[in-house]
Amino acid sequence: MLKKEDKIFKNLYNEFGWEIENSIKRDDWKDTKNIISKGRDWIISEIKASELRGRGGAGFSTGLKWSFAPKEVGSRPHYLVINADESEPGTCKDRDILRFEPQKLIEGCLIAGFAVNAHVCYIYIRGEYFNEGKRLQVAIDQAYEKGFLGKNACSSGWDFDIHIHYGAGAYICGEETALLESIEGNKGQPRLKPPFPALVGLYGCPTIVNNVETIAVVPTILRRGGKWFASIGKPKNTGTKIFCISGNVNSPCNVEEEMGIPLKELIEKHAGGVIGGWDNLQAVIPGGSSMPLLSKKICDTITMDFDALIENKSGLGTAGIVVINKDQDIISCMARIARFYKHESCGQCTPCREGAGWMWRILDRVEKRKATFSDIDLLSDVTKQIEGHTICAFGEGSAWPVQGLLRHFRKEIESRCREEPLIKKKTNNPYLVDQHLLENKNA
Amino acid sequence: MSLKKVHDEQPKEFKFSNENLKKAEEILKKYPEKNKKSAVMPFLYLAQRQNNNWIPLAAMKYIANFLSMPYISVYEVATFYTMYNLAPVGKHFIQVCTTTPCLIRGADKIVKLCKEKISSKENELSKSGNCSWMEVECLGACVSAPMIQINDDYYEDLDEKSANDILDSLIKDKPLKPGSYRGRTNTSPEKKQNINGENHA
Repeated sequence: MLKKEDKIFKNLYNEFGWEIENSIKRDDWKDTKNIISKGRDWIISEIKASELRGRGGAGFSTGLKWSFAPKEVGSRPHYLVINADESEPGTCKDRDILRFEPQKLIEGCLIAGFAVNAHVCYIYIRGEYFNEGKRLQVAIDQAYEKGFLGKNACSSGWDFDIHIHYGAGAYICGEETALLESIEGNKGQPRLKPPFPALVGLYGCPTIVNNVETIAVVPTILRRGGKWFASIGKPKNTGTKIFCISGNVNSPCNVEEEMGIPLKELIEKHAGGVIGGWDNLQAVIPGGSSMPLLSKKICDTITMDFDALIENKSGLGTAGIVVINKDQDIISCMARIARFYKHESCGQCTPCREGAGWMWRILDRVEKRKATFSDIDLLSDVTKQIEGHTICAFGEGSAWPVQGLLRHFRKEIESRCREEPLIKKKTNNPYLVDQHLLENKNA
Repeated sequence: MSLKKVHDEQPKEFKFSNENLKKAEEILKKYPEKNKKSAVMPFLYLAQRQNNNWIPLAAMKYIANFLSMPYISVYEVATFYTMYNLAPVGKHFIQVCTTTPCLIRGADKIVKLCKEKISSKENELSKSGNCSWMEVECLGACVSAPMIQINDDYYEDLDEKSANDILDSLIKDKPLKPGSYRGRTNTSPEKKQNINGENHA
């Protein structure tokens, strides 16, 4: 259980006001000048000591990422880009940081910008968060007024500017290189890596891309020390994390907790338990829709951290927990996720563009009990053909949830695939595939 | 990938209003001078707001000239991103989130209500002429599911009754307030006394 004084986001529910005066009372912008004066190397080594892992999904070490930025600024300027394109189904933590703790983010931007030699920072907010972006802009203006940003920001001698760039409803722009393409004014289609953005990023310049939550915890870590942060949670999975608990629970909520908290405790203590009791639990998606679901048996004992979830063939991702109880049709839930990926694929790589739609159509057939037995193996094959064959991780993100479904609910699927193959029915249908979808205009 | 169709009837001309020209200048200052192209997304938003929430082809040509970039690149961007409307939408533009977290809390009932009250098809104007609706993918307010977005505002924690009231109010052109419809503070857990007890935070 996280102690009250160890909470980083004290204003997660806006009980104390988001304006700069209130956040200064909560110790934001305290000693920022002092922190910056300790120098780049100290900041990066302290972040490394805290073992902070990126909160955007991949869980990459933040200190390590920052150390990839060139030490000296060459002919090209450096950029810091904040990824606030939060679109993963099940996740809504960054929205609350943007709305209620904007100063933590802004202060983090200044420190991170200094650490990676960047004078300019772009915050990429998803277009739907229009009001949140407006709020953040007000907060940025307040910080400028106080002299915390701009020339000689916070009297540290470092010039620093923050600009907001809105996305426009493309999930794929949460992928870092697609996000950079989008800021450059192109379609959001990911780039091949390497070169990594740390060397060739925005406008071809060295760029560090971090998630909102990662950057927002940085000032507190530096004020209280990397050791303090590392003492919370489990080894290599340290610190606090905002969990978003949605779905079939009695009181869905966002809550900040320590890493490695048991899933059952998290759901029962904070979210009021599963609707219909713990025994009514069917499955849990632990980290946003891209992560494979967990069966109830695993949920009984699993702890919420990167490594424990990887052991169970899933992942912490963005920590968006979607609870599904036995009143739901698990296949239709996952078919809807497959439809999401079909809709959001950027269309650049063939396996993902075609495969995402294919998986959705098969799952749709299974849901309507119109699938044949061989469709199960076909589905499994399609997921394997997508995984690892695409430019970005969207391919895995679309294939893994379906693989998770096959892993844990194969019997359920099999019981629904009783249809005779169309070819055996000897009907004069011109189409053998996806017949039932012909009336459906989304097909 | 989403399919988007350009509207049949297109206005011949488009120009930024004086107010928007000023805003455009401000936007250009954000990006390095040689990377003016970055401003294409904010410019499309400006055009969309100026033109009753949809972007005509003339606006894309205008923006292409403004930023000295090929028209096709602007067209590419406008068709790639789902939030740029290429055909007219209602004055009250309702977007219903139906992705899994909302679905399992009853988003399908809201879709049904929209079909009954506004129009049987997505992206079609209502009888009153001031509303249209569409299904969208995750809007990023999953713990407040089910939810809808009307123009810029989020309406959260809905159920059939509150969704019904909201849609009625839109048809009458007197929209209700955005926010939670279960009266809770933002995304906090609802039974607070249990969670913020003495022993733990």
